[in-house]
Amino acid sequence: MSSEPLTPEPVPNEPVPNEPVPNEPVPNEPVPNEPVPQRTDGPVERDLMGVPDETGRFGSFGGRFVPEALVPACQQLEQAFRAAWSSPAFRERYHSVLSDYAGRPSPLTECHNLSERLGLRVVMKREDLNHTGSHKINNVVGQALLTLEMGKGRLVAETGAGQHGVATATAAALFGLECTVYMGEVDMERQELNVFRMRLLGAEVRSVRSGSRTLKDAVNEALRDWVGTVGSTHYCVGSVMGPHPYPWMVRELQAIIGQEAREQCERVLGGPPDVVVACVGGGSNAAGTFSGFIGTNARLVGVEAAGGAALGPKGVPGILHGMRSFLLQDEFGQIEEAQSISAGLDYPGIGPEHAHLAEVGRAEYSSATDSEVLDALQLLAKTEGIIPALEPAHALAWLVRAAASGEVPAGSTVLLTMSGRGDKDAEQVMSLLRAAGGTGGGA
Amino acid sequence: MSGREPHDGPRDLEAALRAARSKHKLLVPYVTGGLRDDWVEMVLAMAAAGADAIEVGLPFSDPMMDGPTIQEASHLALERGSTPASVLSALRGLDVGVPLVIMTYANIVVRAGTRRFASELSAAGISGAIVPDMPLEESGQWERDAASQGVQTVLLAAPVTPDDRLAVLCERSHGFIYGVNLMGVTGERPSLASSSGVLARRLKAATDKPVVMGFGISGPDQAVAASQDADGVVVASALMRTAMDGAPPDDVGKQVAAIRAALDGAGHEMSSPKG
Repeated sequence: MSSEPLTPEPVPNEPVPNEPVPNEPVPNEPVPNEPVPQRTDGPVERDLMGVPDETGRFGSFGGRFVPEALVPACQQLEQAFRAAWSSPAFRERYHSVLSDYAGRPSPLTECHNLSERLGLRVVMKREDLNHTGSHKINNVVGQALLTLEMGKGRLVAETGAGQHGVATATAAALFGLECTVYMGEVDMERQELNVFRMRLLGAEVRSVRSGSRTLKDAVNEALRDWVGTVGSTHYCVGSVMGPHPYPWMVRELQAIIGQEAREQCERVLGGPPDVVVACVGGGSNAAGTFSGFIGTNARLVGVEAAGGAALGPKGVPGILHGMRSFLLQDEFGQIEEAQSISAGLDYPGIGPEHAHLAEVGRAEYSSATDSEVLDALQLLAKTEGIIPALEPAHALAWLVRAAASGEVPAGSTVLLTMSGRGDKDAEQVMSLLRAAGGTGGGA
Repeated sequence: MSGREPHDGPRDLEAALRAARSKHKLLVPYVTGGLRDDWVEMVLAMAAAGADAIEVGLPFSDPMMDGPTIQEASHLALERGSTPASVLSALRGLDVGVPLVIMTYANIVVRAGTRRFASELSAAGISGAIVPDMPLEESGQWERDAASQGVQTVLLAAPVTPDDRLAVLCERSHGFIYGVNLMGVTGERPSLASSSGVLARRLKAATDKPVVMGFGISGPDQAVAASQDADGVVVASALMRTAMDGAPPDDVGKQVAAIRAALDGAGHEMSSPKG
């Protein structure tokens, strides 16, 4: 931060309201589970999904809760991203890789059969058709180019379902970077195919055996790697989470989803849809999608896994992985393990900007259960010939429920982000359906 | 140091370390709170073995700055049902003769609320707190609430911390400055990182507050080397490995005593570090 020399004065420190106190409310501190008071100065709407303040806050969420050893790297990354993102040459390179290599723009598919079934008009943003099979490539192309700008030669990444790991390994191969991916042991078992793909792409996949052995622990291990290698390594975070500037940067790198979808909706629907829905683990495909519609009247809905719903009734604000956001945790602050059939949504937190959007009421967050998700997956396969990944099947599961209950009125127009394709989950879904005795295969 | 009354509040960590460093190199051993039934006896054994302050870990489920040993210790403590409240209540009213410093992560602090957490530390007689994932930009509220309860916030300096930032950090850290020897997580290393001495000298040039180096100090030789340009050392993983191997508190105490003896020996023969 050579441009902003520190002085012995206290470093600007946005007053963050104290956390909810579990048992004994203290005066001036919010009582448990009530929204933290929002600043009322200034028009909130204008700031939504803009550039966060200098501390990386979205409202009271976000920030940069990292050990001192990582502060300079986060500052360097922030500077590099600001410079790159305002550079036409960088943007041109980013967009040309996405179009010539990854296949953008992704199509918008009007789902006539599904629409008829649900009594709605549903269009899908087809991120499943990108190279590597999900929206993750948008983010990693940007971060890999930044890594080159910063003169670093190695990427580390965490992965849950393996989609971000595969995308990172792909970008590493393309740009000649070394790549190490941390993946929970549990996830390596249920996503064996993606482990193989990453290794085929030349990445080293390291198994994480600590904690719940899933995505949360893979993030811990990637951070530990980064602390020791930060001079030569860029941590390629896979979602809108982590310390500033990651939540903002990853949203910007995924904003292309929303930008394209907005234009496509204009052509297909004649304007923005009534409802925009996307699945949320950390929340990168949702953030990228929402950013294209934040200034419209569209209702924005994020759908978490019921067993990992940080914005559900069990989530409480806290600090994990460098950010302040809603987290599943116990009364003492120990992080609780998420439970979901979807490795990509198996995360006890949520990106801080989603926490903010929920708090100010601009977006709403719901959840879907494992069994609803399996039903939705089969419905889409049979009605549209699209086998979704388990993650976006959550968004569809919500839509099916909301259409049936009338929560989304008949005739509404709906944009759903199909964030990834279902190939990676085929084996897991097959065994789940067999176990449930509901294999549609023989029908 | 004797005859303390309950209303005295926590011991003054910085005053105690300033006094101690005029006599010898500082030794701050670490124990994970709630690791075993007899963990408090380990605290007592460390004090008896010549510790100048003792760092007590309040275990967190996701200790991202810790290597495998402290991760495992934290996990074992949590499995045993250890909570911040149970660790602090075991320490409350216990006067081990030297200041106690807790080490934990930001979520443990903010879950309780910074003010309430500070008052709980104070009530348990804790003199200082180390929260490694609260850097300067994020720790202001905590520092103020801790100070209001007589709890000193110890900040960490890393080898990559630039000079301007180091100056702010030395200004705002109280009790001591925790110099992180290397770029990496806690845990034993075969040798002392070369970055240790460089950082120690930069810190000593920047402040007259006690400078204590930690991370990767496995035994007496490394303790002697790391304290050469600093006021002392923190030793953690090596002790917790002994504890997790099932050694009685006395053995952990002996390990601390051996480091104490090496540091004291080195003080008398500065020109020939033991090796």
